[in-house]
Amino acid sequence: MPSLKDLRNRIRSVRSTQKITSAMKVVAASRLRRAVEQVEAARPYGQRMERVLASLAGRMAGLPGAPPLLVGTGKEETHLLVVATSDRGLAGGFNASILRETRRRIRELLPAGRTVMVLTIGRKGRDGLRRDYGRLIHDSLTEVGRRQVSFDEARDIAQRILVLYQAGRFDVATIIYNRFRSAMTQIVTAQQLIPFAATSGEEVDPAVGGAIYEFEPSEEEILSELLPKNLAVQIYTALLENAASEQGARMTAMDNATRNAGEMIDRLTLNYNRTRQAAITKELIEIISGAEAL
Amino acid sequence: MAVGFELVTPERLLVSKVVVMVVVPGTEGNFGVLEGHAPFISTIRPGMIDIYGENQSELSERIFVIGGVAQVTEGHCTVLADEAVSPDTLDRGSIETDLRIVEGNLPSLREQVARAADTDRERLLIELHRLEHEQTVLQAKLQAVGEITR
Repeated sequence: MPSLKDLRNRIRSVRSTQKITSAMKVVAASRLRRAVEQVEAARPYGQRMERVLASLAGRMAGLPGAPPLLVGTGKEETHLLVVATSDRGLAGGFNASILRETRRRIRELLPAGRTVMVLTIGRKGRDGLRRDYGRLIHDSLTEVGRRQVSFDEARDIAQRILVLYQAGRFDVATIIYNRFRSAMTQIVTAQQLIPFAATSGEEVDPAVGGAIYEFEPSEEEILSELLPKNLAVQIYTALLENAASEQGARMTAMDNATRNAGEMIDRLTLNYNRTRQAAITKELIEIISGAEAL
Repeated sequence: MAVGFELVTPERLLVSKVVVMVVVPGTEGNFGVLEGHAPFISTIRPGMIDIYGENQSELSERIFVIGGVAQVTEGHCTVLADEAVSPDTLDRGSIETDLRIVEGNLPSLREQVARAADTDRERLLIELHRLEHEQTVLQAKLQAVGEITR
């Protein structure tokens, strides 16, 4: 039986934890709103870029002069996994789900005789993979999107990947991140970045996609300018979705934590009152029985 | 008598309105888009987009864009720009200072890249790319300022 003093201390410490979790929840909620706004603001560019690329890539895919970013290196030997996580924890299953998917992919690729290279974004990704697959980690970037994800950061990461690709270090690149559905649900998504997989034109308006375009300069030149840009856009989108997912997951997790702390406080308070009452009763009994003995 | 004009940057949709004509700085020369323009895709160079909202003789808005691509379809003109700024915010003095700083840093960074190896080299290469990109942007801005004041 814990003493009254112990109980009082417990209650106080749980209450201060609850204060922290509920503050974190509020912060996550406001960041989430901003992150979602940013995701939505970025959407038009991605959609239109896809539309332009769809009308270009379709006709280039079969040609011999097509850029390697579009058609690949013709091999599938080395895979680059770009693992986008967060720098901070306390976000529920956010990082764990990404890491689980990453491990699953690595376990699938390695026995098949493929080489795997990992580029982690975010401290949690690096820490989570270092123990099991440390030698696969090519490099890890941290502090990405600390305040807010910017397109410049996405462009830098894209540039990084391009440098590796041009040096022939890998054949296929995939980014793993959490797609934001709602504050409650985030979906782990693995999206192939290189070679560029054109979404099979389902979203393309037939009147637009089917038109015969004139190109200035040539199709090849436009494509070779657009594909790297599109890589940056895809990474940007992934980072934004990830940022929103992180805040959403954190909000939900902190909401749960706050509620659990509340329940715990109730239980402890009940316990405390009971113990106090028991102590009072005990003292009374002692006094009464002492008086009777006289 | 109208064209649906959209200007989009990666961060957001900047302009979306119906205009009479837009003049876009294509890589191989400026081109104007009026209603009924043939389907057309062109990359763009840094320069001014001129928007004619009311009639063809009255320039209603100018926007400075840095690189990207323009897609013209039946009745629509979409410009995907890397970056877009209002020309009023361009200030020659501050651009020149920034450019000087960037250009001052480039040689030593290049030297470092040449000396470094492996992942260090990659990281530095990215820095270099970033600076070079900044340099082109600033040069383009400077040129645009020159065009405005002329």
